[in-house]
Amino acid sequence: MTNLTDLTVAEIRDGFRAGDFTAREVAEGFNANVAAAKALNAFIVETPDHALAAADAADKARGEGTLLPLSGVPIGMKDLFCTAGVQTTAASHMLEGFKPTYESTVSGKLWAAGAGMLGKLNLDQFAMGSSNETSYFGNVISPWKRGGGDNAALAPGGSSGGSASAISARLCPAATGTDTGGSIRQPAAFVGISGIKPTYGRCSRWGVVAFASSLDQAGPMARTIRDNAILLESMAGFDPKDSTSLDLPVPQWEAGLSSDLRGKKVGIPKEYRVDGMPAEIDALWEKGIALLKDAGAEVVEVSLPHTKYALPTYYIIAPAEASSNLARYDGVRYGLRDLPDGANLQDMYAATRAAGFGPEVKRRIMIGTYVLSAGFYDAYYTQAQKVRTLIARDFAKAFESCDLLLTPTAPSAAFALGEKQADPLAMYLNDVFTVPASLAGLPAMSVPGGLDAQGLPLGLQIIGKALDEQGVLNAGLAIEERAGFSARPDKWW
Amino acid sequence: MAIDLQTVKKIASLARISVTDAEADALVPELNNIIGWVEQLGEVDVTGVEPMTAVIPNTLRLRDDVVTDGDVRDKVLANAPQAEHGFFAVPKVIE
Repeated sequence: MTNLTDLTVAEIRDGFRAGDFTAREVAEGFNANVAAAKALNAFIVETPDHALAAADAADKARGEGTLLPLSGVPIGMKDLFCTAGVQTTAASHMLEGFKPTYESTVSGKLWAAGAGMLGKLNLDQFAMGSSNETSYFGNVISPWKRGGGDNAALAPGGSSGGSASAISARLCPAATGTDTGGSIRQPAAFVGISGIKPTYGRCSRWGVVAFASSLDQAGPMARTIRDNAILLESMAGFDPKDSTSLDLPVPQWEAGLSSDLRGKKVGIPKEYRVDGMPAEIDALWEKGIALLKDAGAEVVEVSLPHTKYALPTYYIIAPAEASSNLARYDGVRYGLRDLPDGANLQDMYAATRAAGFGPEVKRRIMIGTYVLSAGFYDAYYTQAQKVRTLIARDFAKAFESCDLLLTPTAPSAAFALGEKQADPLAMYLNDVFTVPASLAGLPAMSVPGGLDAQGLPLGLQIIGKALDEQGVLNAGLAIEERAGFSARPDKWW
Repeated sequence: MAIDLQTVKKIASLARISVTDAEADALVPELNNIIGWVEQLGEVDVTGVEPMTAVIPNTLRLRDDVVTDGDVRDKVLANAPQAEHGFFAVPKVIE
């Protein structure tokens, strides 16, 4: 009999509808996998009862002929989305024990579409990190190992590392992620799955713990392009509660899937050929170019002249917005309070924030506070916002001569836990290929391209014009069909 | 401009994060590294360039000026570290 936890979202949905199995069988299978995978530390909270309740509702709906788009499909929820009555921590001590009295728009839409929740997935604290080593609840471990008997624990990427690890290990068929500078795409690449960051404003930010509001976007992560399209249709849509939500209809991305790229032009940005790029990443990129050509696309070279300034721009804007957003954690309304003996209100704020935030979060708040402080605001923050305009213009100009861009997702395969932790700057450089599209608000996804010499997955990134998720998904599908990526980690957990 | 110990302590104070002397010492080189790196943006010619305010053109909506929620006091207070008599409670502010 088919192992139900090996199925994709589409296979679960369709097999359940056809009566091949019950939703309860699916939920029980994934609940068992979650319970048996503590070694990966992918979940902060497990919610088997939520998954079972949704499954029972789905089984009942099937009997009554009232099926919903995601009936029978259990998913993982990144612990950055507020879930009513279920602890929501952003992987921080600050929010340990916080049980929202409301539901985020995106998670609410998924439940309304019939999905069930297997649990809340671990992440980098407040989504700040690229390796899932900043979580207060411990590192997430990638299910992948290097070949040749190397037993080093590898990073699943970040910040959506729990989502990546859990999907790759078949603890859930799909999960939500959020992406501020690459937090969906880089972890997807590290574990050999797909993930899409839609156009800024497609998915509501309401009820998502804020990091950098002009960059934060929710999106799905799953093993196939089709599954990403299915999930995104249920997550996207106008929300009057988010002032930057786009008031546009949600396209039928799944129905629109086509891997025929004839007539499409794919741009290769020459500035992404960075110094010291490993030969394997370059080879992967060439392979991606060949696959897209095979699908009928024409490949052209394009220029994004301000690429080298994207990372420093990001590391001014994101910390600046974070320092402002995270000012809300004051020990008064929710979350941790640290009140030393005899402390006044100001002392309480400072003690609470010292105890509640981890080192990377403090570092970013302090950078943000510095670049926004009197006398430095124009030199850093205003300058960064101007360079951001130039970066967005680069993309607009490139899209005059092409429809999509193809790049590697990350400059390396997954690294070992601890390998880059000593130097914050080295960690930041991991986002070199993902940050530019975030700064311009463009849809971008990572799709598996192959394995490196050590047997670890490598991802290709497709960047599209604003609102052209369909074009991005279709190019992803063309790569998926041709790359034939079927590798999965050997079970050791 | 280099960030010295005094600047680190001032930033920490502005950010309302208490730091020990050892933490502040460790932050001096870390923050200098990062700030020194982002300062390369100064070399970009931005003459006549407007700072970005919205990545995707969007108009800010207005809604009718009516009450849309309320009567949820207990929900608002549900996660408070300390709530008394229907209020958030904090240490005494006025001597």
